[in-house]
Amino acid sequence: MPSTSDAGARVLLDARGMGVERGGRQLFHALDITVCAGELVHLRGANGAGKTTLMRVLAGLSRFGFDGEVAHRERCLFLGHHSAVKPLLTPRENLRWHPAGERFGDDATIDEALAAVGLYGYEDTPAAQLSAGQQRRVNLARLYLSRQPLWLLDEPFTAIDVQGVARLQARLVQHCRDGGAVLFTSHQSLDADVAVRTLDLEAVAY
Amino acid sequence: MAGEGFYRAMLRRQLALSLRRPVQLFNALLFFALVIVLFPLGLGPSPETLGEFAPGILWIVALLANMLGVETLFRSDFEDGSVDQLLLAPQPLYFSVMPYLLTQWLLAGVLLALVSPLFGLMLGLPVGAMGALAASLLLGSGVMSVLGAIGAALTVGLRRGGMLIALLVTPFYMPVLIFGSGAVQAAVTGVDSSPYLALLAAMLCLAVALGPLAIAAALRISVDS
Amino acid sequence: MYFPGPSFERSETPSIIAAAMWTFFHKLGSPPWLYTISGQILRWLLPAALLALVVGMCWGLLFTAPDFRQGNSYRIIYIHVPAAVVALGGYYIMAIAGAISLIWKMKMADIAMLAAAPVGAALTFIALVTGSIWGKPTWGTWWVWDARITSMLILLFLYLGVMALYEAYDNKVAASRACAVLALVGTVNIPIIYKSVDWWYSLHQPASIKFTGGSTIDPSMLYPLLLCIVAFYALFACALMANMRVTILDRERRTGWVRRLVEES
Repeated sequence: MPSTSDAGARVLLDARGMGVERGGRQLFHALDITVCAGELVHLRGANGAGKTTLMRVLAGLSRFGFDGEVAHRERCLFLGHHSAVKPLLTPRENLRWHPAGERFGDDATIDEALAAVGLYGYEDTPAAQLSAGQQRRVNLARLYLSRQPLWLLDEPFTAIDVQGVARLQARLVQHCRDGGAVLFTSHQSLDADVAVRTLDLEAVAY
Repeated sequence: MAGEGFYRAMLRRQLALSLRRPVQLFNALLFFALVIVLFPLGLGPSPETLGEFAPGILWIVALLANMLGVETLFRSDFEDGSVDQLLLAPQPLYFSVMPYLLTQWLLAGVLLALVSPLFGLMLGLPVGAMGALAASLLLGSGVMSVLGAIGAALTVGLRRGGMLIALLVTPFYMPVLIFGSGAVQAAVTGVDSSPYLALLAAMLCLAVALGPLAIAAALRISVDS
Repeated sequence: MYFPGPSFERSETPSIIAAAMWTFFHKLGSPPWLYTISGQILRWLLPAALLALVVGMCWGLLFTAPDFRQGNSYRIIYIHVPAAVVALGGYYIMAIAGAISLIWKMKMADIAMLAAAPVGAALTFIALVTGSIWGKPTWGTWWVWDARITSMLILLFLYLGVMALYEAYDNKVAASRACAVLALVGTVNIPIIYKSVDWWYSLHQPASIKFTGGSTIDPSMLYPLLLCIVAFYALFACALMANMRVTILDRERRTGWVRRLVEES
């Protein structure tokens, strides 16, 4: 099992020969993905290129219907299209009792995380009364609580305002600097001053 | 990560989600009461007839109420991605489904068992059989919750799961019905009902030990489909 | 320490067997091989099964003495009992195939499981119909809630449940895995269901054929019955393989070997 790359960085995710076929059409094939500690990787592709499918395969949620194998994967934080936020619970409870099973810390830490995503003052408001964007922010607050080294984020910038996007980018860069790695999908590009490796699904498609 | 803390947190989450919408709890009881009303209307009001069929009627209605309640066990968590997170959590899924089962049993089974003597009274069930009715429902609803959860986990990814889950789990419910109504029947005729209750307890042990394996496997398949 | 020849040989033999078994297992997973070999097996198994069935039926229906209580009506056991036995056995065959496909992810086991379901359901249905016909002269009505008939009815629902679940899934890979889980849950439950239904119907006839204890059925009636059971099992195997061959051709229709096969025929 590979634990370090040629450059010496720790390999957090190593997938070989990935290929996905949908409805008799090969979306991509023989795709190798290696993500090392400190890397920020942007997975690009048009709608229907198989980004979400690939993310779910890489996270280990999809285990069938694709070629190749995920040879190595560190514990990961996965944020998908769905928010996993319960409308009946307050943001604080949503994070404290989150089914991800990570240690989310005490209320003070959770409040800090909520403040970091701009939800200061909403800690005890039932999530049902929050807007769609605010509900997504509750989910994104997990990025300030998580201790998993590898982050797999599927469209993290959806429904987030400009200011929120900037803060989110800063958080991703910070995580990579701390020795983690991020693989994310998005239709928008990051700021020019951020070092991003781009992986284009179109380039490996038929 | 202290695993125990996680399970307690999940249990609190499940309980909070159920208790903050208490209408759903009362809906189960209301359903039970409504279907009970159907029997005097269909069979006639004579206390002898009703009393004779009461053990079977009460158990069949409890079975149907359980089946309707368990269908939605994983649905909202499946649709909003919570089940995805549960699958990726470091805790084994075998144990992670336990809070779901425990909540379902506490809020559907135990509540129904506690209220059931009232409905027994309405159907002319002898007072001596009330204990057996409540005890058999207490144990039997646990078994049914586990078996029903297997069906719920298998069909949670499907758009039209409602009728299908009934087809899948009803055959599995049959032994529970046989021993459950058997226990009440025994108490009515003055026979010791503890052997039936012991059998139900044995089935509960088996269901709790093996059921989560099937539920976990089924959830993984549903998430993948 | 140095150990000469013998110990080397001892360690070699099991590995050869293991390798041979692994090769066989691997071949089982190969559609063209399975298609060819099942064709060869069917070529002699189907006539043999039909022959056994004809002999067993003639023997049972024409050359055995009438029962002293039930007269000639008991003779329906030569259809009813084999159908019921194989229907139950079929569920376990289906579940074992499902377990193999879940554990070793073998596509052919998957196909076997799905091929077994309709065959088993059909046999259960035959057992129910013949049981009902048998009930008319025995109890005077077409349907009695007898323990065995009730168990058979539940078995039919279990089969139909597996088939309905498969149809409900759009993703057929997930569908067969879900069916495998359901079939395995069923195998744990079937003994409990049978026992509980047996208990529920305490007035049922005692089971007549016991291979361990004394048999209450006369040997002259038993031997043709056993032959019929063997014939039904063989027919089940034939139907299973025929069903599998169709599915294999359907799933592999884009591959070279199927195209060659079509061109040759």
